[in-house]
This record gives sequence, structure tokens and C-alpha cells, in this order.
Amino acid sequence: MSNVLWQPSADIETLRERAAIIRCIREFFYTRDVMEVETPSLSAASVTDVHLATFSTKFVGPGHAGGLPLYLQTSPEFAMKRLLAAGSGAIFQLCKAFRNEEAGSHHNPEFTMLEWYRPGFDEFALMDEMDELMQLVLGVEPAERLTYQQAFINALAVDPLTADISTLQQLATEQGFADIAAHETHRDTLLQLLFCMKVEPTIGQEKPCFIYHFPASQAALAQICQHDERVAGRFELYFKNMELANGFNELTDAKEQAARFKEDNQYREANGLKQVPMDERLIAALENGLPQCAGVALGIDRLIMLATNKQKIKDVLAFDVERA
Amino acid sequence: MANYSTNEFKGGLKIMLDGEPCSILENEMVKPGKGQAFNRVRIRKLITGKVLEKTFKSGETVEGADVMDTDLAYLYTDGEFWHFMNNETFEQIAADEKALGDNAKWLVENDVCTITLWNGSPIAVTPPNFVELEITETDPGLKGDTAGTGGKPATLSTGAVVRVPLFVQIGEVIKVDTRSGEYVSRVK
Repeated sequence: MSNVLWQPSADIETLRERAAIIRCIREFFYTRDVMEVETPSLSAASVTDVHLATFSTKFVGPGHAGGLPLYLQTSPEFAMKRLLAAGSGAIFQLCKAFRNEEAGSHHNPEFTMLEWYRPGFDEFALMDEMDELMQLVLGVEPAERLTYQQAFINALAVDPLTADISTLQQLATEQGFADIAAHETHRDTLLQLLFCMKVEPTIGQEKPCFIYHFPASQAALAQICQHDERVAGRFELYFKNMELANGFNELTDAKEQAARFKEDNQYREANGLKQVPMDERLIAALENGLPQCAGVALGIDRLIMLATNKQKIKDVLAFDVERA
Repeated sequence: MANYSTNEFKGGLKIMLDGEPCSILENEMVKPGKGQAFNRVRIRKLITGKVLEKTFKSGETVEGADVMDTDLAYLYTDGEFWHFMNNETFEQIAADEKALGDNAKWLVENDVCTITLWNGSPIAVTPPNFVELEITETDPGLKGDTAGTGGKPATLSTGAVVRVPLFVQIGEVIKVDTRSGEYVSRVK
């Protein structure tokens, strides 16, 4: 008898429930007139995000005898923004995203993302819509909403927006992370460590929780808030210790976006990481004009884990990376 | 000793932490969607047996520990050291009280035990999962009681004290689970 693991990692009953949820999600968007799109999994551009590692390959074919480097997408965001700039209107996509180096009970290098964009919505309107979707799929109560600053203060009694690095180092040490705190000079790394390990467990247990207005230094692709420059229009959704979604009031300024990509590359260089050419096609689309919109990316596998009460992502995947 | 990066962490890996040899029990990667990844690791300190949790920044490296397990047969004790021998090479090793911990009471002559060596010195002795020992002292207990309630205490030839069913008597050899210290069965 062979030892080769041919069987699926999820059981068939769970796969059936998964299919029902996917169908439910599609219907949610059909009834709201949000168009389904499919954008490439392979792109000539990679991402500058310092914490993402991409899978890469080469296309060898007509016009590219030497091999065109292509990267598997970590999210369909850039392509979908190009569609928005071309006048697509509200769009959604259910697709695979690929992140190298990530595997664990909540991570698989290949996973399913639901990403959608709403021209004319701000982050609050999008949170409202997301809230409706969660109630539909998970049968939960309406989500709680807390600013990043408030959640941090509630859990750790320190203001993440004003605390200086030595205060954060001391806090991290007190919380049991002395070894990391001793050498860490990057403010955001300490904030992420503390948020992930100490704040997250205190939120979104009985019902989902939106954390909004992240520090500007963690804005990613969100606009900086007009009412307070220290924070950005970025929000996340948490439920039962799982980070489910990441959403933005999207940055539409091409110059600012290019500047953020450049900053990423500077960080990469300073930390011995390879620099990544920025996605010129995205910048060109932004220069052409991206309508004001809010967008969000939701981890479908984790959503299904919550709906089917599974603790490990492999239990909702037909074949996790170890059996692929 | 080689260094290990967090990418190489897995159950059973032996690393040095605060100058002590440790074994990784569990390694969980924790990563916010747009942020630094961390490894939340459960570790057993091999000298004290204590289990603790530690968080590493992903990509950090730690020193490996020169720890290996070897199976040796128990020979005897001179009160200060417990002597074990490799049945193939006839090499002998002496383990002290600290390495024995609580386990001296499960040692049966010729039984093969797992000795954990750090830099060549024994730091822990793990007896086999089951041992067979004779009862040297116990109360007669009620006659005819085959199922029993809490049982009665019995002292074994090594000095270990185990709860046994009421029908088991002095002179009988019983099988004991060394991990739980519980009676398993009588041995014919």
C-alpha cells in the first residue's frame, strides 16, 4: 500500500458547505449589480510590500524567447484598479492569491480571495456592506467597530499613535517579548507584534469586529484621513482570532502611490531584501484617473473555516499545499 | 553547532535558549495580512522539563543544541550515579540525580531507557513507557472485589508507590505506565 497522500485534506461534506457559501456570495453581488471580473494570476509586475514574498516563473513563447519573468499575484488589487480606471464600475472577484513563505493553521501559500470595489463608497459604507455579507454567511450579529487607537488603548493602556519607540519597547518587554523588543527599532514592527499577540485576542470574540483608521505608517494602499493625518482610511475585520479582511478607502493619487512604492524599496534595500520594480501599469492607471472608491479583500478559506467550525485551513481546502 | 532560522522550526528540533538546551514542541506562524510574520513556539526546556511559549520574529536565527537521544540499558546505581550501558558497544554512561529527576523509581535492571545527552553529558533519563515490578508491600484488601473503587496503595520493589485494585497482593508482578504512574495490569 502506497504512502502517497492522494486523499483530499478537507472532507466532502465540508466541500459541499464551501460550495454553498461561494454560491451565496455570488448571489449577494448579483443582487447588488456588482459585476464579476477575472484578472490574471500571472503579472509582469510583482509587489513592493516588504512583507510579501511572491512566486515567480518565466513565460517562454512568441516574442519572449529569452523568457518573460512573471509573478503570481498576491492579490488582484492592481488589475482591478486598472479596470476601475477604465470605467468598469463596481466589480468583485473570487480568485486564487499566492503568497510564498506562508503556511500554517490559517495560511496556505495558495488561497482564495474575495475582493470587491465600490466607486462612490467610503470606508464606512463598505464596512456596512461587508457587515451585511457576514451576517448572511455566518449568521452573526452586526459587527462592533473600534478605531485601531481605541482597541490598542483598551487592551494595553498605551496610545499607539503617540507612544514613542522606547515606550513601545518597554510595553513589549512587559508583555513577554523582551527578546524582540531589545533589538527592534522599527515602530510598526512593535505595533504589529503587540496588536497581533495582545490586542487581537481581546476583540471580535462574540461577534465580528471592524478595526478602522490604522496608523498612517501602515496605510498600505489607503488614503490618509483628512480629519487626522496620523491615520489612514484602512480597516480590517476580525472574528474569533482570525484576521478576515483588509479594506481601504483607496488611494487615488498616482504620485503618492509611487512614493509609497519607492519607500517600500528603500526599506527593502536597507534590510537586505531584493528591490522590486514598481507596477508602472498601475501608476499609469492612477494617472489616468481612478474614481474615488473603497475596496476590500476577504480571505474566503478563513470565512469558510468560521462557517464550518474548522480550526485548520487545510480542513476547508480540497488539497492543502502538502497534498497539492 | 549550526544555527537554525525560524523557517526550519518544527517539532523535535533542538535549540539553545538562554544558555539551556530546549526542544521545540509546536511552531505556529502568525502573520497579519500586511505585516511582519512571527513564530509562536512552544518549547520544552530539556534539563528542567518545563514548557514555555516564546515568540520569534520570522527570519530570526537561533543556535542549535547538540542534543541527542540514545537508548541504553540500565545496569545499577551506586547511590550517587545511575549507570547505563549501550548493549552493542558496551560503552557506559553515568547519569546523576538531576538527570534522573523523578524517574529512579521506574528503573528495572536491563530495561532499555532513553538517555538525552547534551554535549555528550546525560541531562535526562526517560524510562520505557511500561515497566513490570513486583509488589513488596500492600494491604490484603477486600476478598472477592474484582472491579474495586479507588483501589489501595502498593509499594513496588523500587520504592515506587502505585494505586492498585484491591485484589492484587504482595509478591505479584504488575505492569505500570511510567508516564502516568498508573497500574495497567497484572503480569502472569
